[in-house]
Amino acid sequence: MSTSVKKIVIIGATSSMAEHCARLWVAQGPVALTLVGRDRARTESVAADLRVRGAVSVGVETVDFGDVRAIAALADSASAAEAVDCVLIAHGSLPEQATCQRDLAACEEALGVNGLSPVLFAEAFATGMERAGRGTIVIIGSVAGDRGRRSNYVYGAAKGMVTRYAQGLQHRFAGSAVKVVLVKPGPTDTPMTAHLKQGGSKLASVEEVARAIVAGAQAGKPVVYAPRKWEVIMMVIRHLPAFVFNKMNI
Amino acid sequence: MVKVSSWGRLSAAEHDVRVLGERNALAARIAQPLPGLAFGMGRSYGDVCLNPGGALWQTRSLDRLVAFDPDNGRLRCEPGVLLRDIQRLMMPRGWALPVTPGTQVVTVGGAIANDVHGKNHHVRGSFGDNVRSLTLLRTDGQRLVCTPATEPGWFAATVGGAGLTGLIVEVELQLQQVPGPWLVTETIPYANLQEFFTLADASEAAWEYTVSWIDCLSGEGRGLFMRANPVAVQTPPPPRRERRLPFTPPVSLVNKLSLKAFNEAYFRRHAWRAGAAVAHYESFFYPLDSLLEWNRMYGPHGFYQYQCVIPRDHAQDAVQAMLGAIAQSGQGSFLAVLKTFGDRNAPGMLSFARPGATLALDFPNHGARTEALFARLDAIVAEASGRIYLAKDARMPRALFEAGYPRLAEFLPYRDPGISSALSRRLMGS
Repeated sequence: MSTSVKKIVIIGATSSMAEHCARLWVAQGPVALTLVGRDRARTESVAADLRVRGAVSVGVETVDFGDVRAIAALADSASAAEAVDCVLIAHGSLPEQATCQRDLAACEEALGVNGLSPVLFAEAFATGMERAGRGTIVIIGSVAGDRGRRSNYVYGAAKGMVTRYAQGLQHRFAGSAVKVVLVKPGPTDTPMTAHLKQGGSKLASVEEVARAIVAGAQAGKPVVYAPRKWEVIMMVIRHLPAFVFNKMNI
Repeated sequence: MVKVSSWGRLSAAEHDVRVLGERNALAARIAQPLPGLAFGMGRSYGDVCLNPGGALWQTRSLDRLVAFDPDNGRLRCEPGVLLRDIQRLMMPRGWALPVTPGTQVVTVGGAIANDVHGKNHHVRGSFGDNVRSLTLLRTDGQRLVCTPATEPGWFAATVGGAGLTGLIVEVELQLQQVPGPWLVTETIPYANLQEFFTLADASEAAWEYTVSWIDCLSGEGRGLFMRANPVAVQTPPPPRRERRLPFTPPVSLVNKLSLKAFNEAYFRRHAWRAGAAVAHYESFFYPLDSLLEWNRMYGPHGFYQYQCVIPRDHAQDAVQAMLGAIAQSGQGSFLAVLKTFGDRNAPGMLSFARPGATLALDFPNHGARTEALFARLDAIVAEASGRIYLAKDARMPRALFEAGYPRLAEFLPYRDPGISSALSRRLMGS
């Protein structure tokens, strides 16, 4: 086992899933983390926790997730001194589908933060990793991106974009030491889905999903469903013929 | 609305479950709807963590560590952090929680609200004795930083206060230096209660941890006394093995036949292997944590745990009388613990621990038959001026509660009017 310090950048570090991935990485070995968030105070609170847990170093950066120049500058400075071993792109928010249908601005915002922004971050970090000839880009997609459904197709469309983008990036880096890992969590018990739990849905624990993400990143797996059962469920859903699918209220 | 059960699985009522996520918005989050109640891991046995029809504030997601000072062992953290996470993180650095209960899968907030105790009460007191400060958020938005020195009333009301004084949002704990994760242990069979008390008294001075398993059907009170001290040995920790009871059996696996056979075999096996050994702290402190969801073994009707403490003067007679009643009823479980508490004042107004002996027993829920046995046990506890542990209780009569907790009147003014639980409605009228 190498004792060198792993350099990991986490975009959307205050997301519960990202925070749990960070804890696992810290527990596994020496890591230097850069946490990127929108809100400094919230991101600092995550950083303090990870310092107590034993991270070698934890830096905090704040950025507007929609600002292309800021994204490029952040990726440049992160890769400047030494190459980034892993970037986890985990930000996003689950919009209300009904709101998106009513309000185009909300629709645009949902598409931006869940689709466009993660893609731009990945593209920005891909440049540095291509230069270094190694690194792992982990992007959080969603099972919602596998097939558009009436209950959340705006979110699904954004995650579908991430899926297609990750495919292309994997193609671009095929045969190189740059790995692109697309994670598709099913509904997970996080503050983002608190209202689903209220409705009685059975949700995967965030610890379980984080373990799948960290293991997938380690293995460089192209696609990670978390928990794994969603791979089967989504395969069925993707292949349902329209006359069956259209009768389903999902 | 979501169905929520406590560890005893006696009920599954609908609750309005609210995840506490956003730290900046906690005051708004708990302001509506009321009444609410903080809920951690739901590992208390009865109804202290339930609020049927009302809101439950799920604190588990408030699980950040804030700061740790390796010079003095003080850890600041949020209330949803598990004791297990603290133990596993700090043990390799030579620090540990001074007091932990029989499971480490509980939150810090829950451990304070129930002022839990461990096997070392005579040395370290209860969990609340090792809390240096706590920040309390009331449903009216008021925020109070309480330490035993600055807000003694609020502190003593909140430690052991069953979550009724407000939501704990941050705490500072005093950790204890340990030589490592290992303990040197000694197991000594005892044939009756007289022997137990002699052993317990003789062990207090030289042993940090003492506890005993008691055969609840034996009548005279035979059992296995275990004592332990931390020890510095350089052995790699054993692999962690976790298994899960995969489903709830249609009837309790613990019944008259299985219990008698189990207790006989357990006593003989351990009496035969008695003596000194070295044990990892996880297997010594938390033997049941490796079997996930073991509470399912009592079947679909759930189970009660009856835990009382009896003042030292009456302890032997009262425990003897309870064992007699239990053996006669044929009810009970192999999960039965007898231990002594040290001679110290409790930090909380409603704290359970007090000088004396505490007996804890599981009982599969057999309805009226079990209730009848509890009525007999209650009479013995009342007669001996004992009290029943709120963290375990789902049924004690209000009169027994009032008699057992003489500081109740002092506690009530500290209650948060926006907080209520099934237990508080049952025992305090609101």
